[in-house]
Amino acid sequence: MTSLAHPVVAQKESLKPRTRSPFVKKFLANKGAVVGAAVLILFVLAALLAPWIAPHDPLKANFLAVRKAPSLIYWLGTDELGRDLFSRLLWGARSSLLAGGVSVAIAMVIGVPLGLLAGYFGGKLDAVISRIMEALLSCPFLVLAIALGAFLGPSLTNAMIAIGLSAMPIFARLTRGQVLAIRHEDYLEGARAIGLPDRWIILRYVLPNVLSPLVVQATLTIASAILAEASLSFLGLGQQPPSPSWGSMLNTAKNFMEQAPWMSIAPGVAIYITVLCFNLLGDGLRDALDPKS
Amino acid sequence: MLTFILRRLLSAIPTLILVSLFVFTLQKLLPGDPVQAMAGEERDPAVMEYLREKYRLNDPLPLQYVHWVGNVLQGDFGTSLRTEQPVTVLLASKLPVTIELAVLALIIALVIGIPTGVISAVRKGTSVDYAANVFALSGISIPHFWLGILLIMIFAVKLQWLPASGFVPLGEDLGQNLKTLILPAFVLGAGLSGVLMRHTRSAMLEVLRADYVRTARAKGLFPRTVILKHALRNALMPIVTLTTLLFGELLGGAVLTEQVFSIPGFGKMIVDAVFNRDYAVVQGVVLCVAIGFLLLNLLADVLYRLINPRLRTA
Amino acid sequence: MKFAHLMTTTLLLLAANAAVAETTLRIGIQDDPDMLDPHRSRTYSGRLVYTALCDKLVDVNPDLTFVPQLATAWNWSEDGKTLTMTLRDGVTFHDGEVFDAAAVKFNLDRARTLPDSLRKSELASVESVDVIDAKTVAIKVKQPDATLISQLSDRAGMMLAPKASATDVASKPVCSGPYKFVQRVQQDRIVLERFDNYWNKQAYHFDKVIFLPIPDTSVRLANLRSGDLDIIERVAPTDVKTAKADSHVQVFSTPGLGYMQLMYNTNNGDKANNPLGKDKRVRKAFELAIDRDAINQVVFEGLYAPSAQPFPKNSPYYDKDLPLPTRDVEASKKLLAEAGVKTPVSVELKVANNPIAQQVGQIIQAMAEEAGFKVNLIATEYATLLNEQQAGNFQIGMSAWSGRPDPDGDIHQFVTCKGGQNDGHFCDPKLDELLNKARTVNDQAQRQALYFEALRLLAEDVPTSYLYFDPRIIAMRSNLTGFVPNPDGLIRLNNVAFK
Repeated sequence: MTSLAHPVVAQKESLKPRTRSPFVKKFLANKGAVVGAAVLILFVLAALLAPWIAPHDPLKANFLAVRKAPSLIYWLGTDELGRDLFSRLLWGARSSLLAGGVSVAIAMVIGVPLGLLAGYFGGKLDAVISRIMEALLSCPFLVLAIALGAFLGPSLTNAMIAIGLSAMPIFARLTRGQVLAIRHEDYLEGARAIGLPDRWIILRYVLPNVLSPLVVQATLTIASAILAEASLSFLGLGQQPPSPSWGSMLNTAKNFMEQAPWMSIAPGVAIYITVLCFNLLGDGLRDALDPKS
Repeated sequence: MLTFILRRLLSAIPTLILVSLFVFTLQKLLPGDPVQAMAGEERDPAVMEYLREKYRLNDPLPLQYVHWVGNVLQGDFGTSLRTEQPVTVLLASKLPVTIELAVLALIIALVIGIPTGVISAVRKGTSVDYAANVFALSGISIPHFWLGILLIMIFAVKLQWLPASGFVPLGEDLGQNLKTLILPAFVLGAGLSGVLMRHTRSAMLEVLRADYVRTARAKGLFPRTVILKHALRNALMPIVTLTTLLFGELLGGAVLTEQVFSIPGFGKMIVDAVFNRDYAVVQGVVLCVAIGFLLLNLLADVLYRLINPRLRTA
Repeated sequence: MKFAHLMTTTLLLLAANAAVAETTLRIGIQDDPDMLDPHRSRTYSGRLVYTALCDKLVDVNPDLTFVPQLATAWNWSEDGKTLTMTLRDGVTFHDGEVFDAAAVKFNLDRARTLPDSLRKSELASVESVDVIDAKTVAIKVKQPDATLISQLSDRAGMMLAPKASATDVASKPVCSGPYKFVQRVQQDRIVLERFDNYWNKQAYHFDKVIFLPIPDTSVRLANLRSGDLDIIERVAPTDVKTAKADSHVQVFSTPGLGYMQLMYNTNNGDKANNPLGKDKRVRKAFELAIDRDAINQVVFEGLYAPSAQPFPKNSPYYDKDLPLPTRDVEASKKLLAEAGVKTPVSVELKVANNPIAQQVGQIIQAMAEEAGFKVNLIATEYATLLNEQQAGNFQIGMSAWSGRPDPDGDIHQFVTCKGGQNDGHFCDPKLDELLNKARTVNDQAQRQALYFEALRLLAEDVPTSYLYFDPRIIAMRSNLTGFVPNPDGLIRLNNVAFK
């Protein structure tokens, strides 16, 4: 019954040298995860500071500098309307990172409560919710996102909603599985025996205990969401011109693969590295939170 | 076992109904009149009205749904609004293509993923492990369409070793058929190999830690024998089930790769149908993929029980 | 001895096989056609396939004159109400049926009466089709129609085999063209093979013709360069330089018939109630902010033809005396001041969801900004765009028109009060009068006068701004000879052969 006195809460990251928790130690030992996290922090900073560090206006077309190769003035070259690729890359980071974050937020805000309800209450509610989630998961993720995106109309916001809704079943199912795993734990039985209201139990005892795998999944899903946004933009359903996003930059770049290959390298590499880092980070979190190792 | 299968099949039915309802509603909510898209530049109102009547688009939605389901149960998935070909014919012609692509991609993924996973697990913590992990994650992280276009540029245009796109059916010319599928299969397989590699690695690690492996080692068996005979065989269980599930995902998920390489499979068909508002095709294809997915899930579960005798209680 | 005999026979057989080795021509097209029924199909790609599959009554030459195909001669009666056509001898359909006046009647009646026929508006003037004798047919029209011959040079004039087409056509079209239908796999390929009883078969040199839809322009070109395709159509202007630099490839570019226009919503619903919709000075100001030449240079490598008229430059109805408006930001600002609007004027520009349209849209957005317009650019998916324009949910809509050989097809339905494509609902009775009259007049000089007057009215009121005409750029392997490009961009295979 010791757990009742100390409900397990997801460890907060603490870098104080004296009381370094095992989580932080394990995480820092994983070189990949550290590198991933560092690069991501760098990218996020770059995105946030884009208005100040971008050397040129990402939206201003310059018809005299169309498709110029990388040079001292234009570090990564220019695109089909003469806009600086480096500046567009920085501003594009905002759209892509935002898309990743918001989609997953939407997915979690809807999916986690559904999973909690299904796992905790079981019975008919569980049957209904599980059926719906299973139905949604039978549709290929990208197809679902495309259909939703077409329905909502092409825009970055709608792409985020579409991706979020498509990813929601993943979180619902994961949360439900986690809740089922701990449903019969002693401290929960005890809480129920005392007569604590369900809502209290779910929020104070169940949720914190299922958080860790959710955090890992969230990181990994952000990676998929960024790829999905790039895919939707590639098909013309995401960020609309003239605002830059890495996916839409690749969409236009593919028409100039021979004349201006630099147009496709930068955004492609950017997507690749960002997604890779999120995956490394997710991996690191999973390993660090894993009680077995 | 039989009762288990039957029970699962029965429980799949409400899911399928939900899928059909969901796809149907979503399609109807899409803005843009399909009849308008069909009526073309000329836009004759009489023609549009006739088409609406013909495809029962003036009926109330629930009636349209019931009508559609009724037809499906009789094996009639409707006709493509665009070309008037029956959807079943379309499905039948595209399914082999998508299956072949999925099989090839899976083979590539297995050939790359499993050995890398095994080596990674055995050499856990070393730079080999680390490198393999990054390689695996790269496969998962690279945008398929970007990789596809890059490969086309290198292998088709610069080196001219492979065709840039298009598809030659298996029956027509095996050599050409493989040539057209190699690049898209590689793009898909590379991504999957990452997933497989990581799962193989963790499954192997689980097994390597187990008691019976330690016993085998204690008995003095060669490490390689231990790995291959005992560990791998037991690690294969989750891998097999995972492979089955991945296959299901491949059936509907190769959307962008098929688009870039112009492979006439399911993925491309769905995207085109959504953009053309070809309702019947989207509904038919998604339903088909959902059925396939559910069946494969069932297969994975059955395989899991078959391979692991400890679970055979049903 | 027996062995030598066997060897000789084998060698002879091999040689014979090599001699009759099948030649296949692979053509890469931009999209998959819709249904292969000339009376019901609407896609441009469909027309590409019909060029090889279905003969029509008349064909059109690169200089936009009409020449015989299945009809060898024709003339109008004195009152202009009967068109008598003499039909070609010795023509059979792919299934062996004989081509005669009854077949023509069958087809024209079908095109006019089939419930979902998309050719009805093209043949709207036709009252009846009469069989005079096996080789002569008389088409009676309700009022004189100068556009009829032109309609018969496209899908409305294509001939299907009557018996074979009584029921399902789309899945197995039976026509009388140089190649007959073999197989179609949706979104993959359309396979045709040589028709041995074609009336002009010595001019056609391939055993098989395969159409392969490949939407991505760079992939299409890559296929051509690697030899997996022999001909491709609609080459992207940005790829032309690369294509020309490749010694295995030859490029043909002709000015085309199709154009791009910016249609203004002047009278269709709420979105017309704004300065742009109501005041022609504001529209003129918007137009003056656009530099068509710059668009041509930046987006199309200078290969397109900037234009402010709905007819191509080589058409007799193109008014050379009407100058192409050049960009004039000062004049633009002056007009806006005159109209008394507060700058910046907010306008919404809807474009199709493809990279080219978006590029052009962005350039217009940037240019208009300098003149005092704040343009909100909305890229819309094609199916939705059609809907929105028709419903009046737009202020400015950028849309493409594939073009017709006859001028009426390029203008009437867009700017007449009840025009089927007049999404802006612009209405000027005087313009209607001119255009309605022009369709009934056969004399070129008279028609010219009418159209010239109409053009001046258009320049005055600016219901729409024409931007440019797209050229038809076709590329093929260097070892193909005999191709003659045509402004309609269709690939006619007569006399085309491998060197």
